[in-house]
Amino acid sequence: MNKLSIILNGIVRDNPTFVLLLGMCPTLGTTGSALTGMSMGLATMAVLICSNIVISAIKNFIPSGVRIPAYIVVIAAFVTILQMLIQAYLPAINDSLGIFIPLIVVNCIVLGRAEAFASRNSVFDSMLDGIGIGLGFSIALTLLGAVRELIGTGRIFGVALYPESYGSLVFVLAPGAFIALGFLIAIFNNLKKKES
Amino acid sequence: MLEYISIIITAIFVNNIVFAQFLGICPFLGVSKKLSSAVGMGAAVTFVMLMATTITWLLQTFVLVPCGLEYMQTIVFILVIAALVQMLEMIMKKVTPALYLSLGVFLPLITTNCAVLGVAIKVITDGLNLGQSVVYAIATAIGFTLALVIFAGVREQLELVNVPRAMRGVPIALVVAGLLAMAFMGFSGIKIG
Repeated sequence: MNKLSIILNGIVRDNPTFVLLLGMCPTLGTTGSALTGMSMGLATMAVLICSNIVISAIKNFIPSGVRIPAYIVVIAAFVTILQMLIQAYLPAINDSLGIFIPLIVVNCIVLGRAEAFASRNSVFDSMLDGIGIGLGFSIALTLLGAVRELIGTGRIFGVALYPESYGSLVFVLAPGAFIALGFLIAIFNNLKKKES
Repeated sequence: MLEYISIIITAIFVNNIVFAQFLGICPFLGVSKKLSSAVGMGAAVTFVMLMATTITWLLQTFVLVPCGLEYMQTIVFILVIAALVQMLEMIMKKVTPALYLSLGVFLPLITTNCAVLGVAIKVITDGLNLGQSVVYAIATAIGFTLALVIFAGVREQLELVNVPRAMRGVPIALVVAGLLAMAFMGFSGIKIG
């Protein structure tokens, strides 16, 4: 497989949010603004790359009967490291993401890629897959966050585009998360259908 | 007493785990196509959430904190939940085969249900005591079941409706969930005690 196509695959054809529909909880829960969406995406990407590399490197030593618990321990170790780093160096992001940082452990994307890709491919390819899927996830979260922030408050990344009073606050609140994601997936489906 | 009622009402309606906290969305979207499977999933989650919260609370208070191992929280909790689900599966297979057959398929899914780990971590960060934690876990699970059952009822009707092609399946389901979340926002003014 072409190295570049592994990365592109994760962003478009196997996009975790719009196509595979995995990791919905952080997708909905952390996209109140473009910035929080992007930081969640990047945090997940960091864990995904590290866990893909390690799992692919040790895949021959794990008996297949206990492979899922073994993967979970590897992932949980990286999540704990990441959580401590974020707490120490980026306390503001730690506050805005809150419980969703430890919950990266149960993000189906990370475990799914470990099982579907890292457990049967080389270390380097697994790293590329982690980058690709991670980028796809980050882009989707940033996009959803930007749409919600724009419609809700008239800003993107905190830059005002129109007065806040014209915004529809419901898009920043819970219902808007579901509705905005529903329409984004519909648009993505439509684009894909036109292409094929 | 009032305190417990307040926890129950808040967890079920005001701060519903699915519609307000965005936890447990994967099973919420995955097993809500039929009403009967929604009820089964709700029952399984209720049991695991109650057991997991009790055990992790005890572990955190009597093992992790005295030993200064709080940073191991995530790893320990997820292992406890995974072991618990596995054990539950084996026990139910032996003791209640009928219940096992009806819940069987949902059990392994619960390990990666972020609502279970979410509640276990949340009762620790909120500093609840054991009684409050247990009540909170049960009430949250009831809230999850309620959301799942309402959503499954609506989705069964959606099958009969002519939806635009691009919106079919998950997109329209998400919009429905959004409308339900809006309905649940109506509870947000309630305060007890």
